[in-house]
Amino acid sequence: MSLPEQADDSITLDTFLEGVWRQNPVFVMVLGMCPTLAVTVSAINALSMGVATTFVLVSSCLLISMIRNLVPKEVRIATYIVIIATFVTLVDYLIQAVSLKLYEALGAFIQLIVVNCIILGRAEAHASKHPPLKSVINALGMGVGFTIGLFALGGTREILGAGNLFGISLFGEHFQPWVVMVLPPGGFFVLGGWLLLFALLRSKPATEGGH
Amino acid sequence: MSAPEQSQTPASKMILTMGVVACVCGVLIVGAFQSTQEAIAENKRIVLERAVFKVLPGAATVRKYAATPAGIQPLTGDAVPEGGVKFYAAYDQSGGLKGIAAEAAGKGYADTVRVLYGYEAKCQCIVGISVVSMRETPGIGDKIITDQAFLKNFEALDVRVNPEMTALANAVKTVKHGSKSNAWQIDAIAGATVTSKAVGRGINDSAQALLPKLVAHIGELQP
Repeated sequence: MSLPEQADDSITLDTFLEGVWRQNPVFVMVLGMCPTLAVTVSAINALSMGVATTFVLVSSCLLISMIRNLVPKEVRIATYIVIIATFVTLVDYLIQAVSLKLYEALGAFIQLIVVNCIILGRAEAHASKHPPLKSVINALGMGVGFTIGLFALGGTREILGAGNLFGISLFGEHFQPWVVMVLPPGGFFVLGGWLLLFALLRSKPATEGGH
Repeated sequence: MSAPEQSQTPASKMILTMGVVACVCGVLIVGAFQSTQEAIAENKRIVLERAVFKVLPGAATVRKYAATPAGIQPLTGDAVPEGGVKFYAAYDQSGGLKGIAAEAAGKGYADTVRVLYGYEAKCQCIVGISVVSMRETPGIGDKIITDQAFLKNFEALDVRVNPEMTALANAVKTVKHGSKSNAWQIDAIAGATVTSKAVGRGINDSAQALLPKLVAHIGELQP
């Protein structure tokens, strides 16, 4: 896997941090909103979905990057989708083998990782142009960023909507859960709140650039 | 037809690439399927046993059967013969028949509410239910899991079969909160009537289909 490094293929901290902060898939690029809104009713669901997506992202980017010079560009999308679908099927079986309860909680959204635009986006925009190690680091950053995004939503929604975190009661008997937060509209409310917060945090350094 | 400006990829290379990728992916998928198959089957068995033991406390083993118009037959896979209804026979430590568990499904407020109910031949009644899956509103519809007054309906819900063995003697019916007067009625949860009715309708449909076929042959289940 040790390909000769070219000038633009140097691996910096930004290769990893790009997905975590500057290009965070949830808070900045607002990609993959379907699982983001649908499965984040609890912290554990959000975390599992994030880990599953990260696994698919990293493995498919590794494979795609390794064969990037062999795949003719005319058939690249079809090839990528086959590879992504393969890893999604692997994750599907693995989750069933680990916990059926989790499998039912995540439902169709495991299979829908196939069409998560973060993954095909990374494959097309990054893995198909960079050597394996760099692609994997970049994909891992994106995956971590996505997982952080899902966890931020899932944790907030579980705390507000059920008074729990990871199923552990936080406020005791007398807490009246804010039920709407674990219902579909709550996903939008919490996502909106986080997007606002992120935009505020990012706007400070960005103003210097006249943006 | 103008000559191609740049070197074009030959069709054979495209087909070869996709073929090789598809082959590798196929091997990966089949490998994953085969290596997780056992763990998944074991998981499913544990989930089923736990659910059956919950509605029939005291049970120790579970066997799958199908009740058909011709009689009862054991099931090995998931395929149920035509006109048959799947059910689970639960046995206690000493091997005696503890009861029957079967699945019921009714359309709820958000999605289908699926429950498992336990049936005891001695009293010809349903002795417990447990929710298999639902997407009802948290805090409202999901009271069917926790509401003690509602669950009390299923401690001895009358599902006797009529003398002709064609249907239940009295159809299971969900009635308005506080107006239950017969053993075959279910007292709905105030404010969660739709979900309560889904449970009642599901149990009625399932019991009407299963019990008339089952009761006549229930003696065959004794080991």
